[in-house]
Amino acid sequence: MSPGEIAQLVVNGLVAGTVLAVPAIGFTAIYAVLRFPNFAVASHATIGAFAGYVVNTALGFSAGAAVVVAFVVAGAAGVLNDHVVLRPLRPAGALTTAIGAVALTIVLENVVRFIFGNDLRGYDLPIQRDWQWGSLRIGPQQVENLGIALVAMIGVFLFLAGTRTGKAMRAVADDPVLAGLKGIDAERVARLTNFGAMGLAGIGGVLLGLDTTIDPLTGFRVILSVFAAAVVGGLGSIPGAVVGALTIGVAEELSLLSLAPSYRTAVGFVAILLVLTLRPRGLLGERAY
Amino acid sequence: MDNYLVAMAVFACLYALLALGLNLVWGMAGMINLGLVGFFGLGAYASALATRRGGVPIVGGLVLALALTGVAGAVMAMITARLRGDYLAIITLGFSEVVRLVASNEIWLTNGTDGISGIPGPWRGRVTPGTFNLIFLGVAALVVMLVLAVMQRVRHSPYGRVLRAIRDDDQVAAVAGKHVLRFKVEAFAVSAGVLGVAGALWGHYTSFIAPDVFVPLLTIYVVLALTAGGTGNNWGAVLGAFLVVFFMEGTRFATGWLPGLKAVQVAAVREGLIGISLLIVLRLRPSGLLPERLPRVAS
Repeated sequence: MSPGEIAQLVVNGLVAGTVLAVPAIGFTAIYAVLRFPNFAVASHATIGAFAGYVVNTALGFSAGAAVVVAFVVAGAAGVLNDHVVLRPLRPAGALTTAIGAVALTIVLENVVRFIFGNDLRGYDLPIQRDWQWGSLRIGPQQVENLGIALVAMIGVFLFLAGTRTGKAMRAVADDPVLAGLKGIDAERVARLTNFGAMGLAGIGGVLLGLDTTIDPLTGFRVILSVFAAAVVGGLGSIPGAVVGALTIGVAEELSLLSLAPSYRTAVGFVAILLVLTLRPRGLLGERAY
Repeated sequence: MDNYLVAMAVFACLYALLALGLNLVWGMAGMINLGLVGFFGLGAYASALATRRGGVPIVGGLVLALALTGVAGAVMAMITARLRGDYLAIITLGFSEVVRLVASNEIWLTNGTDGISGIPGPWRGRVTPGTFNLIFLGVAALVVMLVLAVMQRVRHSPYGRVLRAIRDDDQVAAVAGKHVLRFKVEAFAVSAGVLGVAGALWGHYTSFIAPDVFVPLLTIYVVLALTAGGTGNNWGAVLGAFLVVFFMEGTRFATGWLPGLKAVQVAAVREGLIGISLLIVLRLRPSGLLPERLPRVAS
């Protein structure tokens, strides 16, 4: 294995990690504010992927429009599903809510399956030649996905750092009781978090669709990497999710040096085991921001 | 028709084993296992490979399944025992996906997605299929009764009381001088072992296993069985398992009447109904049909 090939894997891994960071931020943000692992991130990524697919193929819009629509549709679905399904379970505890989230994700997957069937579907994209610098190759679609993911992430950080609502969210994540005393409406923050987080999951779904094909299990297939990114970075930490996603992205690519490509997702599981054994709070700890 | 009913009873017994296994950790100790299908699959593959390839007798396969899944469960519990329950939820869900991944890809061992066929069953081939069905129902019912008896014993023993104390507040249990970590690891290992035995029996009954059998939906079946029956109540776990099989078979006939649906849509409706039922039970009757009643303490 030449240094050039390893450099190529690292570049691919950084791109994949940046894309993975988008749904991982969603997962970890819900954990930070609502304190339960919301496995329904998987089905909302699928919903976003299919919403983007319809906009892109049936209506003929660009990938950029697909991303925006996926954000809004998955975000709205997230608020609705949380309000109807998960919120009433929350008093029963985080684990019961987590069970509910698994059931919810199976229901939503089957709604998508009922409408679209099990066939693999691809976005309607122009075929482009890879760009090349020396021995490094990178596809224009990869670059576009990287750009979309970066824009989404910068949006998240600007929102959390610069707006009143963002500050309210961080306050609730830090200490819900204290935030309540200061007059912050926890319900409103929960709704906004769900909208943003599931919207990000939806964008994640589109990015997967732009990269490969989609089917009702699209979201579920990446969920292990999403968990791994969130746990490695520190469950509930948004910068942690980014660091974790980059780590997992590069680790998954480098695993190709010694493992069959089909084991790529197992890397995430091994990473979770390692981090929980050596540094249970994750690389950056559990502070939300 | 008789054969069909017997087969459904066998599957209900296997679900009952899974629900009893889940009840030990989730019902009694309050630890979640969202990847129980992973232990189920690991047990099924262990016993199938040992008997089919290694020529081990079926009982040996069951013991191997029990030991292997028990160790896997202990490792997972040890890693997460000091952390909040959310981590156990994530790690078990991840484990079940990895089991499926290995089963699909280590073709030399597991025959990949084609699965393993011709797994031996007790007296299969030497008696008529109808008799085999009845024999297996007897075996499955016997195992369920055995596990049920052990679990009832645990529930009414001081050991079970410690598990409930850990479920309700593990700090209080620790302050009372209980070795919380040890209890958690033991309970999770035993529970995983029961799940593994259920998986092994599944393989010996159907004679065929493949990665497709071990999907997350199966985990939801079992959680639904336990929740509907009564979390924390062993009899509830058994009752819930029979109800879930009855319900699933009912939807098979009911969806047959829906006109104009493609096969994939019928499958989607049935799977969706399982998820919706679990959500409804969690919402409307979280304690189940046979709610947990705490054993009376002799005064």
